[in-house]
Amino acid sequence: MTILDRPASEGAAADDRRVPRDRGLRRETGAANVFSHGFLLLWGLLTVLPLLWMFVSSFKSDGEILSDPWGLPGSLRFDNWARAWTEAHIGRYFLNSAIVVAGSLTLTMLMGAAAAYVFARYEFRGRQVAYYLFVGGMMFPVFLALVPLFFVVRNAGLFGTWTGLVLVYAAYSLPFTVFFLTAFFRTLPTAVAEAALIDGCGHFRLFFRVMLPMARPGMISIAIFNFLSQWNQFILPQVLMQGDDSKWVLAQGLTALAVSQGYQGDYSGLFAGLTIATVPVLVVYVLFQRQVQSGLTAGQLK
Amino acid sequence: MRHGKYPLILTFLVPPLLLYLVFVVSPYLQAFQISTTDWLGYSAEADPVGLANFETLLHDGRVWNALKNNALLLAVVPVLTIGLGLFFATMLNMGGRKGRAGVTGVRGTAVYRMVYFFPQVLSVVIIALLWKEVYHPNSGLLNGTLRAVGLPAPTWLGDPRTAFWCVLAVMVWANVGFYVVLFGTAMSAIPRDIYEAVLLDGASRWTTLRRVTIPLLWDTVQVAWIYLAIAALDGFILIQQMTNGGPNFSSDVIGLRMYETAFGSESKFGYASAIGVVLFFLTLSVAVLALRTARRDRIEYS
Repeated sequence: MTILDRPASEGAAADDRRVPRDRGLRRETGAANVFSHGFLLLWGLLTVLPLLWMFVSSFKSDGEILSDPWGLPGSLRFDNWARAWTEAHIGRYFLNSAIVVAGSLTLTMLMGAAAAYVFARYEFRGRQVAYYLFVGGMMFPVFLALVPLFFVVRNAGLFGTWTGLVLVYAAYSLPFTVFFLTAFFRTLPTAVAEAALIDGCGHFRLFFRVMLPMARPGMISIAIFNFLSQWNQFILPQVLMQGDDSKWVLAQGLTALAVSQGYQGDYSGLFAGLTIATVPVLVVYVLFQRQVQSGLTAGQLK
Repeated sequence: MRHGKYPLILTFLVPPLLLYLVFVVSPYLQAFQISTTDWLGYSAEADPVGLANFETLLHDGRVWNALKNNALLLAVVPVLTIGLGLFFATMLNMGGRKGRAGVTGVRGTAVYRMVYFFPQVLSVVIIALLWKEVYHPNSGLLNGTLRAVGLPAPTWLGDPRTAFWCVLAVMVWANVGFYVVLFGTAMSAIPRDIYEAVLLDGASRWTTLRRVTIPLLWDTVQVAWIYLAIAALDGFILIQQMTNGGPNFSSDVIGLRMYETAFGSESKFGYASAIGVVLFFLTLSVAVLALRTARRDRIEYS
């Protein structure tokens, strides 16, 4: 059992073709349908409204925001966005986040896949111990490590650097990645690997040319999972990236924007900043929703 | 076959293992050691004080106050989230039986699923800052709505009686969509003929949910329970960004207490680590408890 992304409608579609035979249930379910649809719609509204409100407010002036929360903007004020992008440096923080996550995600996937592959496919002394050492990390709250981690990173000369964040993000993503990918590599057929080895394929070549391509679906799921959790990381940069605000990541930039908005009353700037941070993520999600949903839920269905 | 496997094992395992030992294992181990000292951070002096920190903790009203709030989160958030998640997932997967043999979802299932999942891809920081504005006493969406229909407009996050519950609501809001998708995926793996049989026997919707769906989903519900319980013991980002534990510590949580103790004005690293250790044991016992009390026979369908 790996990724259960079979669409719910598949089984249902087959049923549609059959002759209706439960007419007695019609009246009961008809009323229940209106009722249930109402609730579904209500929750949908509850989810969308705050986001829509944020988006609309990002075009309003501060006066409009304060006087009428439900009102529409008098005009499309893109200067709010420009102000958030340049003055609040959301643009720079966006780029910083992208740089850090590009590095940490690559490192996580490389190391996670390598370690998982070894755990899944090779027998050696201490394998069990090493595996449980890795996977045990999932049980610990990050909070417990926060204080010593601060000093470990500082003593390594990595405090306030992107390298430090990249290494730490990757290290804390490893337990789940290794857990997930080990299970995935175990599901792959062994025959292919044996055939390749008999044909004289080396162990390294086997991994990069045969096993890794075969593990693609699992790799994609866990990559999406790691991307979102690293992109949205807040506690680690807040502790390890204090001071120099030119290197901050997006989450830090947004909280700083919220604080300065509190002093200056620049509501429109805050909404614009939040919108800039939200829209790309939502767009990517909508485009790849099936992969994102299965990527985020697959790990829990093991 | 054995020939040449050790170079691969070593190159694949040593770098991740090193990274993990340095940034994850060693901080966790140090945390336990630091928790038994009176270390005040930047000074070099850290005298061992045995379990004195834990004794202080027992009499620390603020810590107990924070723990009480975490206990409330623990009691309310998982139940509400799982309840709503199951409800919506049932509606989406089998709400529309109207005039059809078998069980199908309501119209627009795909859209609902997509929308419900929105909060899951957003950073918690964005969610916190957005909802802080939604709750804003003057310009917020919520009070704008209340005023429009002539209801009184409370101060929400500014009122010690409501602040905590406001954040709790956001926590549920942010999590429900994920569990709708998770339960939905698990439901679509249940064979349709089971439902057809139940339908022919004339079972009501509620009976079907209680006697068939939930027992078959029990594994998934259990996992959801553990994840939500761990999330309820955290809640740090939402609380810090929305209320910072206030007003007057009314919405404080243990994670924030620890963060403030370590990185606030005092930097009592020894004491903060002791709080972290307590948090660790709480998380561990909640997870073990959830696993044990929820244990049932696993149902496999082939």
